[in-house]
Amino acid sequence: MAAISRDDVAHLAKLARISMNDSELDHLAEEMDLILGAVARVQEVAGRDVPPTSHPIPVKNVVREDLVRPSLTPQEALSGAPAQSEDRFKVPQILGEE
Amino acid sequence: MSQMVPMPLNYLNYDEAVAKYEPTLGLEVHVELNTKSKMFCSCSTEFGGEPNTQTCPVCLGLPGALPVVNGKAIESTILIGLALNCSIAPFSRFARKNYFYPDMPKNFQTSQYDEPICVNGYLDIEIATEEGPKQFRVEIERVHMEEDTGKSLHVGGATGRIHGAEYSLLDYNRAGIPLVEIVTKIVGGTGKYAPQVARAYVSELRDILRSLGVSDVKMEQGSMRCDVNVSLSPLDSGTLGTRSETKNVNSLRSVERAVIGEVIRQSNRLEAGERIVQETRHFLEESGQTRPGRSKEQAEDYRYFPEPDLVPVAPDSGWIEALRATLPERPSARRARLKAEWSVPDKEMTSLINAGLLDVVQETIELGAEPIRARSWWLGEISRLANERDVDPTTLITPTQVAEVISLIQNGDLTDNLARQVVEGVIAGAGRPSEVIAQRGLKVVSDDAALMLAIEAAIAAQPETAERIRGGNIPAAGALIGAVMKATGGQADAAKVRELLLKHLGQ
Ligand SMILES: [Zn+2]
Repeated sequence: MAAISRDDVAHLAKLARISMNDSELDHLAEEMDLILGAVARVQEVAGRDVPPTSHPIPVKNVVREDLVRPSLTPQEALSGAPAQSEDRFKVPQILGEE
Repeated sequence: MSQMVPMPLNYLNYDEAVAKYEPTLGLEVHVELNTKSKMFCSCSTEFGGEPNTQTCPVCLGLPGALPVVNGKAIESTILIGLALNCSIAPFSRFARKNYFYPDMPKNFQTSQYDEPICVNGYLDIEIATEEGPKQFRVEIERVHMEEDTGKSLHVGGATGRIHGAEYSLLDYNRAGIPLVEIVTKIVGGTGKYAPQVARAYVSELRDILRSLGVSDVKMEQGSMRCDVNVSLSPLDSGTLGTRSETKNVNSLRSVERAVIGEVIRQSNRLEAGERIVQETRHFLEESGQTRPGRSKEQAEDYRYFPEPDLVPVAPDSGWIEALRATLPERPSARRARLKAEWSVPDKEMTSLINAGLLDVVQETIELGAEPIRARSWWLGEISRLANERDVDPTTLITPTQVAEVISLIQNGDLTDNLARQVVEGVIAGAGRPSEVIAQRGLKVVSDDAALMLAIEAAIAAQPETAERIRGGNIPAAGALIGAVMKATGGQADAAKVRELLLKHLGQ
């Protein structure tokens, strides 16, 4: 059984605000299903003694001192922005939220 | 409130609503920590900078940038947890909360999901009721760390300030400022006191956060924000109703009013046989009512997963105990101490606490004012003027100004009556007390010669009264003192007038 359906992909695309046509949805559903299948096989191998891992190296409590360092200039910060105005990032307005 | 719409005849008011329905609360408070640098990068958290002057590859979410958590922010969060009687998790992780909205440039907010750093605490609060003080325990579900979002400026469209093109302008200075979310468990059993319990909880929480020194806790400026969940169930039904969530309620008074507003709205919907929709609502400051937010097309679907760029936080007991040792006096203990130090009667203490005046009174006293005067000015005249204007007394005048006025009274430079005029002048924006006094010539007439002229004039106008006083009828002096006070425009010291008058008439 497919772990991820075409509807799931359509839902994710909507959440990610990416528009996708039918063939793209079909293609991605198939591809993501393969990826999830591969991951699921790894999960089968991991025994109860293996904790879920979110970081490749078992380190903890890596913290930074609360010190301020210089930030980028607005020009630098905005240099990669597709659009800008009044020293701000300019983006299409997203409706349905406030 | 639109007064034009006639209320239906069977419309329930608050008292009627809580006579039929049991309110249940849930409170989520977001607090910006007052660290110097952001949560995961070294950009400044300073408020009010020019747009996008406090950003870097980390808080802009540029590819390859790696976040490192601010140690002070973790310690502040543990302190909050300890002060709220929480257990501190021995192992805790950050998670990505994925959503695609431009207020976060990364397309996710770094937060905590199923492994928050503090869990299962409580906060005891007390409210004043007609049957005396009542205690409630508000249980805390979790305290977790996350980061604030950027600020959007909407241009054009229905909500924009300029019509025409529809776009948003983003300033990411605030994106990444450490934020702590404090979530209560379901708060039930409050009955009709739900609004006061909600307020007292947020108020006590604010006091604790302030005493810990971890946040500015300025609700009006957004460094502390409250989401209020309210649901109703028929009395004694033992069920839980559907809740609404009122977002970003930004004052203590609004927290109380938002609960009242929701209890009334929901009870009337239920009475009309309608169902309550689980939704986000916005609080309307003017009417105390709430309005629905725009409903999201999708149910919340944030696809949380552990943040792979940050390592787990695993505070050992040594670290936790060292932090516990720095916990300051609990606000409730402080109140008990101040009550004793100032010898305040129960009822007055309750009034001071409920009015949120404890801090300003303490500051006023620390600036040299006698406790009884500091209390009575804040609770009396200043509160009265604040009520007239429907604002918080502490926004009208500062403790420094009040202490200055009281010091002038203590030195005999102002009478209570003149002091009231000075306070009114300060509140009206006429400047500092000394400036108001100079502008309006509000000085006590303590010059004996000037007072004697007024006294002699009063005696000349009421010779019979003067005779009675000469004859030993001291209470009759009141009429002459009144006349002198009137003649001096209230600027004379009444005690001084009395003394001079009686002496002049051989008494
Ligand atoms: Zn940064």
